[in-house]
Amino acid sequence: MLYREAGDFKTSYVEDSQTFPIKFDRYRYYFVLVFAFAIVPFVINDYWVNAIFMPFLIYSIAAIGLNILVGYCGQVSLGTGGFMAVGAYASYKLMTAFPDVNIFFHIIAAGGITALVGVLFGLPSLRIKGFYLAVATLAAQFFLVWLFNRVSWFYNYSASGQINAPERSVFGVEVTGANTEAWATYLFCLVFTVACAIIARNLTRGAQGRKWMAIRDMDIAAEIIGVDPLKAKLSAFAVSSFFVGIAGALFFAVYLGAVEVGEAFGIQKSFLVLFMVIIGGLGSIFGSFAGAAFLVLLPVLLKNTLVGALGWPTDLAAHLEFMIVGALIIVFLIAEPHGLAQLWRVAKEKLRLWPFPH
Amino acid sequence: MKMKLIATALAAVVAAAPAMAEVTFSALSYRTGPYAANGIPFADGYQDYFTLLNERDGGIGGEKINLVECETGYNTEKGVECYESTKGTGALVYQPLSTGITYQLIPKATADSIPIHSMGYGRTSAKNGEVFRWVFNYPANYWDGASIAIKHLLDINGGDLSGKKVALVYHNSAYGKEPIRTLEELAKKHGYELSLLPVDHPGQEQKSQWLQIRRDRPDYVLMWGWGVMNQVAIQEAVNIRFPMENFIGIWWSGSENDVKPAGDGANGYKALTFHNFGTNYPLFDDLKTHVIDKGLAAGAGDQVGTVLYNRGLYAAMLAAEAAKTAQGIHGVTAITPAQMRDGMEALEMTEAKMAELGLPNFGPEFSVSCQNHGGNGFGAVGQWDAAAGEWKMITDYMQSDQDVLQPLIEADSAAYASENGITAGCN
Repeated sequence: MLYREAGDFKTSYVEDSQTFPIKFDRYRYYFVLVFAFAIVPFVINDYWVNAIFMPFLIYSIAAIGLNILVGYCGQVSLGTGGFMAVGAYASYKLMTAFPDVNIFFHIIAAGGITALVGVLFGLPSLRIKGFYLAVATLAAQFFLVWLFNRVSWFYNYSASGQINAPERSVFGVEVTGANTEAWATYLFCLVFTVACAIIARNLTRGAQGRKWMAIRDMDIAAEIIGVDPLKAKLSAFAVSSFFVGIAGALFFAVYLGAVEVGEAFGIQKSFLVLFMVIIGGLGSIFGSFAGAAFLVLLPVLLKNTLVGALGWPTDLAAHLEFMIVGALIIVFLIAEPHGLAQLWRVAKEKLRLWPFPH
Repeated sequence: MKMKLIATALAAVVAAAPAMAEVTFSALSYRTGPYAANGIPFADGYQDYFTLLNERDGGIGGEKINLVECETGYNTEKGVECYESTKGTGALVYQPLSTGITYQLIPKATADSIPIHSMGYGRTSAKNGEVFRWVFNYPANYWDGASIAIKHLLDINGGDLSGKKVALVYHNSAYGKEPIRTLEELAKKHGYELSLLPVDHPGQEQKSQWLQIRRDRPDYVLMWGWGVMNQVAIQEAVNIRFPMENFIGIWWSGSENDVKPAGDGANGYKALTFHNFGTNYPLFDDLKTHVIDKGLAAGAGDQVGTVLYNRGLYAAMLAAEAAKTAQGIHGVTAITPAQMRDGMEALEMTEAKMAELGLPNFGPEFSVSCQNHGGNGFGAVGQWDAAAGEWKMITDYMQSDQDVLQPLIEADSAAYASENGITAGCN
């Protein structure tokens, strides 16, 4: 009943090929956007933005980025943490070197720099595949972390090796530093997340996305039908790293404010984002959001339920949290190996016929 | 659905939050994760002291203490979540026990006007209270530690270190890098040769560093380590037969957890400390009567008297004393975080006061002021006695080299102030 196409007529190609062809879906999407932009900022407080919304939005961008590489182009990468670090350190260097330029452009430029670094580390993908490529990107992860720890120019020679985000504002409203308002940082991240999601969605629907998917499905066949693997793979690395870089820059500048490379961008960050992509659904923009929500929100929810509502000891709750999240991951992957996005697709099919399935 | 559940859970948390008539302390502890072995005793000691005050004295100045614990797992992101979720409860002071989380919280807590006490860790230049108005690191900081270690070496060498080789094995992070500047400055003054050996997190692999030590044969090795890195380093030092009495760790590298795995080989290993060891104090009798025997001990209750337990206890004691001072200054018992800051700035620990608390000769005497948030920089050296299975204090409390440290602190805090547009001052 809900996701019906009957009576929803399209009279032009533009209408026919839009992102959400089903009317109900489209309205739901508009509703979410209006809700996120017009209602949430008025009710949000520090806890909600710092513990829930900001990590969710930022990890969503990172997951979208990695999904383009792994889910759409089939190139496994374990270097996400390292690329996020590039974004973070690039934005830090830009913010301190050009204090007069708006932070908005710094974040985008940080994404651009990360894209270049990503292309560089994507070069081995032209010769190696699969697990071997994963190992090559793992090298990127360790090299980049080592680099940012070792070369003091990257952290402006500070004694501790930490980088701290200076205060910067957009339209006179502070978005980085200590004295930020919850709604401002939230909206700043939301704008980036929505823009990234729209760009990613349209890239993957178009010719470029089809080339990536051709490479993913069978690279030799793709080459025979005229897809240039060099351009396709490197462009996937570039676009993916661009998004991951933006996520890293926001993660450092807006969310944490102070970052130490080994702790914030270590190998566990690469795994976390990869898990988001796998659990959410490979090759799906919605899946990136779902995966990020699952791995960011569920632990917070469990903590609040077990410690806050039930009053259990914190260590017991923390251990249980690991077990529950772990068990759920296994259950989800057995029940639906294609991730939460596929579950959503199946649910949609069912809802289309509901309540009269025959 | 998920959001709704979070909302209900959150509502429950808010509903469960105490009435403001109590004094609330937060404990950002880590009983899980890679550093849990060290986090547990500290958290237990911190919690037990407040339980004792509640049971024996009915709280602080008649106000019951409400301790809100939050598990960080030594993870900065969880630390932020913990800070945001507990700051609404009116927590008077934050003690995150993690240099990373401290750095994170310095700007946030400053903006929210809540004091942070990073006791023996965190940002050293926070000692300059004119710049870091809400951050305290008394009674001693890392630069004090570096200076005290060198002072001890001077003492055992008859005041001359020229031509000696000192190696620093450090955790390759903000924490481990802290002493480098100080050790370099002191090297200029005393003429020893410093070599740096970084160890990457978590520090399970140190073969190459210790191979280098075996080759270079430094006279002394200093260590800035935490968690598993300490155990591995001490084991490696035993393996290359490095003389243990020439191996000195910072106070975070000197707990039972660190030396016990190496067995008898660790005998003679030294570590700095800013409080005393063992349970031979009147306070521990009260602790037994009012907390342990009543079954109120935190955690498993098996940590009492370990080095890190005592440190947690000491941290809680200093917090409680600062709260008492604040109550005295403002004449109210239900103090606010801002009043707590005033209490911390006026804190004075004397021998008489500590004896009265049942902890005679437990920590150094020091006083805090607005200009000086770091105390007087006294520390001592402890040594591990493997046969007896206990740490022993082998020196008196000695003061760090203030002539060298003060300019460094001025410079670093001035850099922070200019970076963040802070005008230094006490108002």
